[in-house]
Formats: sequence, structure tokens, C-alpha cells
Amino acid sequence: MVTQQMSVTLKQAVITRRGTRTLGPINMTLAATGFTIVLGPNGSGKTSLLKVLHGVERLSSGLVTWSVADVDARQAQAYVFQKPIMLRRSVRQNLAYPLQLRKFHKSQINACVEDWAERINLQDALNRPATRLSGGEQQKLALARALIRDPKVLFLDEPCANLDGRSTREIETLLRDSCASGTRIIMATHDLGQARRLASDIVFLLDGNVREQSTAKDFFDAQQTVEARAFLNGDIIE
Amino acid sequence: MNEIWAGIQAAFRLIMTLDADLVEITLRSLQVSLSALVIASIFALPFGTWLALSRFRFRRTAIASLNALMGLPPVVVGLIVYLLLSRSGPFGVLGLLFTPTAMIIAQVIIITPLIASITHQAMRELWAEYHDLLISLNSTKSQRILTLIRDGRRTLLTAALAGFGRAIGEVGAIMIVGGNIDNATRVLTTAIALETGKGDFALALGLGFVLIMLALLVNISIHALSRTEREGRW
Repeated sequence: MVTQQMSVTLKQAVITRRGTRTLGPINMTLAATGFTIVLGPNGSGKTSLLKVLHGVERLSSGLVTWSVADVDARQAQAYVFQKPIMLRRSVRQNLAYPLQLRKFHKSQINACVEDWAERINLQDALNRPATRLSGGEQQKLALARALIRDPKVLFLDEPCANLDGRSTREIETLLRDSCASGTRIIMATHDLGQARRLASDIVFLLDGNVREQSTAKDFFDAQQTVEARAFLNGDIIE
Repeated sequence: MNEIWAGIQAAFRLIMTLDADLVEITLRSLQVSLSALVIASIFALPFGTWLALSRFRFRRTAIASLNALMGLPPVVVGLIVYLLLSRSGPFGVLGLLFTPTAMIIAQVIIITPLIASITHQAMRELWAEYHDLLISLNSTKSQRILTLIRDGRRTLLTAALAGFGRAIGEVGAIMIVGGNIDNATRVLTTAIALETGKGDFALALGLGFVLIMLALLVNISIHALSRTEREGRW
């Protein structure tokens, strides 16, 4: 397991797809602790940025450097997608899957699964097929499945995009808990209320570029750029 | 019309009296085709899945060739296997020609591309669904293949049954490499061909009905046995 702190640096990171630049160039450093919210309108590059950091999307040029070796960095990360991807299996098997890939012992897996099922309130649904859960339950399950390996860094791509208030609150509680217990969280959203509730620092993206990076307090109280101010005022920016 | 009626009667009589020849021929048909199915599936299911999730230079060519091989003419396969297994051929020393083993070999060659191709089609969709998750979880390639096979088992069953259907109804190749020898390599399809040639339409039709019922029975029982999950989209 990785015990070191994991910070990450992007250097001149650029993604070009079919001749158009969709991201970058980005230069930034994310510290090893905290709850970073990536803000920005649709198509501003939030998902691309998360995927680049997670290592599933290739850069056209530039570098992503973690403070630990790449292999260890990949092992210590998890990702929650905007639309939860459910394995066509039961809830129990969905939760157990990441641990099975790591060849954990059966008894250990069972203990973890029971524990997390209780935390996400699905202990009665363990044997139901995951594809039959409601949207909110699926997203909670996806989050638990991401957290079950106890990652150092957790990426979330608009996890509450299609959820109602109660599900959103449950997910935010889980996120706050795991952040408090030391998980580094990097989350994309365009929900300002959520950003205010959760963020310790903000990265504001527009057109694939970082327009502003600051602590949450600074960002909400004293924006540096016109676009950020407009975004916070609820104006439509393009 | 008379012949068909007589055929039904013959089939009924054969089954009711549990005609010894019929039972032997039927069991041999099953043995050859099921063995071929199992062997072909062992190769074809992982290969089709691998093809669905791998990206390499000649992937398109490989898929196109595989699809073309689905239409492999059984007679030609039979001929080639015959040449390979005949006394003067490279594998002549094994003495396999005109044995059920030779028939299994020929059928494996015929149905492997079919099963692999249907598997590939089915797995491509499942892979599109699982892609992001499995990449994100940092799974190895063999773990991905196993996951896809496990979660796509319903569609793989369809692929396997298509292969079985082709094998059990196939006559050209097994006639050539098996030789239709009574009590040794005679199966339902070759027996039908023989009886038709002899002009015994009633018996040929009787065997034909048995063959159709056999195919139905195997399909239904495999579906019944494998229905461990009854939920919609498994």
C-alpha cells in the first residue's frame, strides 16, 4: 500500500482530438490533502481533466506527475462516473469485485462488503441485481465500490447530477466522512451549492483552461476573474 | 403426403420401441456434436472475448476473416481433414480416419469460427458498457476477459447453441471423414442421407424427426439448466 502523501502536478498538459484542442495547456499542482471541486460549465473540460489525472485518458502532450511512482499512483486511486456503471451482478458481487481483482481473502471481502452495505444503507438489498436499483442507490453503490479499496485519491465526475435531494445528501455525507478520514477527493460539478458545501479549494475551468485556482473561501468571496464572477452570479457563460 | 405420414409413423414406432440402432445412432450424434461443441467453446469463447477488447494492428482484418470463416463449406473442411488424417497424410500414423474422433475434429473446425464470431459481437456491446469501470479498476487483461465471459454468459449460451445447431445438422464433413460406417461412425444425418439414397423415405423421415426433436430437446434443457438468474438483463 502507498503510505506516502500523493500530490500531483500537471505540466503543459494538452489534449487534442481531431485537430481541436479540448483541454489545456494546463499547469497546476494539486496538494496531497483536501477536497477539490472542479467547477465549470458543460464542455469546459472537467471530465477530461479528471480522466487525465486518473490516467485513463492520454495526453497529446505534456506531463502528469504524481509524487509517487506511477504504478503505485494507479493502485491508490478510484473513480466514480457520472452515470454509474453497474456490473450485471448482485449488489454483493458489485461491492466485492474490486477486492476480488486484488485477490483479497474471502472472509476479508465479506467483512468489507457487509460493512459498506450498511454504510450505504443497502444491507437488505445485497442479493438483488444491481441493475435493478434506483438511480440514487446505484450511485451510492458505485461510490461504495470505489471506496471499498480505501483509495488515497478519489475522483468523482458529477456524482449527483441526476439525483434528488436526499440521495445527494447521503452521498455528500459519505464524501465528507471519507475526506475526514484522509482520502484526497477531486470532484467535478456544476452545482454551486454543492461546491460551497464541500470544497476546500476550487479549480475553475473554462474552455479547457484553468481560469482560477484558489481556496474555496477566496473563490466565493473574492473572485479574480470576470468569468468566475459571472459563473457565480448564475449568468450563462460560454 | 403419404411419405410424410409414413415418416411420422416410422418415427413414432422407432422411438416407442426404443429401436437399438436408433438409440446407438442418436447417442453417437450427441457424443460427436457435444464433444465438438465443448472443445470449440474452450477456444472460441475466450478468443471472441479477447478480440472484442483488444486493439491491435490487424484487428479489422482478423474480424473480417473470422466472419468469412463462419461460412466455411463443410465439404471442403471434410476433404482437408480427410487428406490430413488419411494414411498418406501428415497425421496418418494416428489412424484417426473413419473414427468419431475425426468427425469431432472436422466439426470443431466448422463451428469454432461461428461461436467466436457471435461471441465477439455480443461481447463488444458488454465491453462498451464495462470499459471505463474495468480500466479504472486497473484490472489485468485476463481479469477483463473472465469478467466479460461471466457477465455475458447468457449471450455466450446463444453462441454455443448456434454452434451446436450447426454441428448436429451437419452432414458433408462427417460423411467424408467418418465414412458412415454402421456401428462405428454412423450418425443421424449420415443415416438420413443413406436411407434417402436407398429410397426408404419413411425411415429417413423418421430419423429426421428424431433429429429435430433432439436439437429442440438439447436447446430447451440447456436453457432450463443455465437459468440460474431469472432477472431481465443478465
